[in-house]
Amino acid sequence: MVTTNRMEVKNLNFYYGQNLALKDINMGIESNKVTAVIGPSGCGKSTFIRILNRMNDIIIGSRVEGAILLDGQDIYAPEVDVVEIRRKIGMVFQKSNPFPKSIFDNIAYGLRINGINNKGEIIDRVETSLKNSALWEEVQDRLDANASELSGGQQQRLCIARALAIEPEVILFDEPCSALDPISTAKIEELINELKEKYTIAIVTHNMQQAARISDYTGFFLLGELIEFDKTEKIFTNPAKKQTEDYITGRFG
Amino acid sequence: MTTLERNEKLIQLALLMIALSAISILAIITLFIFKEGMPIMFKYGVNKFLFGLDWYPTEQSFGLLPMIIGSLAVTAGSLIIGIPFGLACAIFLTEFSSLRLRQIIKPIIELLAGIPSVVYGFMGVIILVPFIREHLGGSGLSVLAASIILGIMILPTIISISIDSLQAVPRSYREGSIALGATKWQTTKMVTLPSAKSGIIASIILGMGRAIGETMAVIMIAGNAVSIPHSVLDPVRTLTSNIALEMGYASGEHRQALFATGVILFIIIMILNTIANATAAKQRTK
Ligand SMILES: Nc1ncnc2c1ncn2[C@@H]1O[C@H](COP(=O)(O)OP(=O)(O)OP(=O)(O)O)[C@@H](O)[C@H]1O
Ligand SMILES: [Mg+2]
Repeated sequence: MVTTNRMEVKNLNFYYGQNLALKDINMGIESNKVTAVIGPSGCGKSTFIRILNRMNDIIIGSRVEGAILLDGQDIYAPEVDVVEIRRKIGMVFQKSNPFPKSIFDNIAYGLRINGINNKGEIIDRVETSLKNSALWEEVQDRLDANASELSGGQQQRLCIARALAIEPEVILFDEPCSALDPISTAKIEELINELKEKYTIAIVTHNMQQAARISDYTGFFLLGELIEFDKTEKIFTNPAKKQTEDYITGRFG
Repeated sequence: MTTLERNEKLIQLALLMIALSAISILAIITLFIFKEGMPIMFKYGVNKFLFGLDWYPTEQSFGLLPMIIGSLAVTAGSLIIGIPFGLACAIFLTEFSSLRLRQIIKPIIELLAGIPSVVYGFMGVIILVPFIREHLGGSGLSVLAASIILGIMILPTIISISIDSLQAVPRSYREGSIALGATKWQTTKMVTLPSAKSGIIASIILGMGRAIGETMAVIMIAGNAVSIPHSVLDPVRTLTSNIALEMGYASGEHRQALFATGVILFIIIMILNTIANATAAKQRTK
C-alpha cells in the first residue's frame, strides 16, 4: 500500500496565525486514483488541498507542521524548489480564474514560464490540452478570443487545460464544479474519470453524489480533523464512524 | 406626483445645476484665455509664435519655440526618471514587501504629494544644482536638474495610483499563475502588470499633467534662458515659467503674448492627454 501512494500526509498540523485549522492529518493519495475530500463548509477542505502544492505559502502568518511526501520526498523540506513542486502538482480552483488574456495565451503562459519557447511545440501542446479537457471542439475557431468571453463551464475547462498543458503528475481540484450547471458538471466528471489513467487526482467536493460517482477513496473532514479515510465504497455504504454516517445520510447538523 | 418623486426631481435638478456651473466656470476660464491670447497670434501670424526663436516681447518678437521645446524636454525628462522609479516602487510595495511596510510607506508617499513645490525647488537649488555644477559642468541650472526634481515630484502620483490599480488585480489571477509554477516576478510581469495596465497608464498621464504644469520649482532650477537646449546641462525656460516670470510687469501686446503662451500650453496639454488616452484605450481593447 505504501509503495503505490503517490503522496503521503504525515501528522499534519496547519495554523492560520494562532488558529489550528487542521489537526493531525494522516492520509495517502494513491497513484492513478481519484481521492475525494468531503466535509461541511469551513472544515478545512480547501486549506488541506492547498497545502498539497504549497499554495498556502503565500498566506502570511500561516504555518505547517508534519510532512507532506511526494514520492517519498518531503515537499516542505528546505532544499525543495517550490516552483518545481507546483509544476509537478497542478491545481484547479473553486472559482475558475482564467487570466485576462486570449484562450491560446492562457495555456501558452504556463508553457512559456516553464521554459518552452518553441512555437510549434506550444501550438501542439495548446491543442492537445484543449482536446484533453474536452474544450477543443468549442473553441478551435477562436483561440484568439479573450478567455472572459467563454461561459463559466468553458472557463473552468480552460483552467483544467491550462493545468494539464504543463504535464503535472498530480492534479488537485478544489470544488471545480461548485459554480457549474449539471451538463458542465457531467463533462468535468467524465474528464476527471479519463484523467486518472495518466494522473493522480485529489478533489474537494461539497457534493456527496459526486464523490461517490468519481472517487476511489474518500476522506471525511470535520472541524479540521480527518474523521475517516477509506475506500469510497466503504465510506458510503458502511462507514466506521457515527459522524461520517450522519454526514453522508444528511443527518448532520 | 408623490412627495417622494418630487423630492427626487428636486435633487436631480439641484445636482444638474451644480454640475453645469462647475463646467461653465471651466469653460469661461478657457474662453477668457483664448479671447485674450488669440488676437495677437493672428495679428503676427500663428507660425511666428510656434516656430519663432526670439522672444523680445516689447519689440514685437514673440517666438515661443524655445519654451515649447523647454516644456516638452523637462516633461519628457521627468517621465524618464519618474516612470521607472515610480513603477518599481509600486511593484515592490504591492507584490514583494510585507503588509506592515506597505501600510507605513504608502501614507508617507502620499504625504509627499502635499509638499509645496517651492520646497522641492529649494532642495533643487541648494543640493542638486551645486552637485550638477561640480560633477557634470555648466551652471547646474539645467534641463537635467528640472527633470530630476519634476521626476521626484510626480512620484507620489505615479506610485499611489499604480499601487491602487495593482491591488485591484484579483488575487485569483496571481494564485492561478503561481499554481502553474510561475515565480513571483514572472507572475508580476506577465499577469499582474498587464491586468493593471490601464490604471498604471492613468497614473502616468496624471504625472505628466503635473510635470508640464509645474511652475515654481522649474523657475527656481531650470535657468530660464530663452534658448533651445543642446544638452541636458543647458538651461531652459518652460511655457509656464514664461508666464509666471513676466506676468507681473507685462502690459499691452506683451501681456497678450503671455496669454498666447497659455493658449499654446493648453493645446499641448490637450494633445498629450488625447494621445495618452488613445494609447490607454488601445491597450484596454487588446
Ligand atoms: N486565509 C485565511 N486566513 C485565516 N483563516 C482562514 C483563511 N482561509 C481559511 N481560513 C479558516 O480556516 C478554516 C477552514 O477554511 P477552508 O477554506 O479550508 O474551508 P472549506 O472546508 O474549504 O470550506 P468551503 O467548503 O466553504 O469552501 C475556516 O474556519 C476559515 O475561516
Ligand atoms: Mg473551500
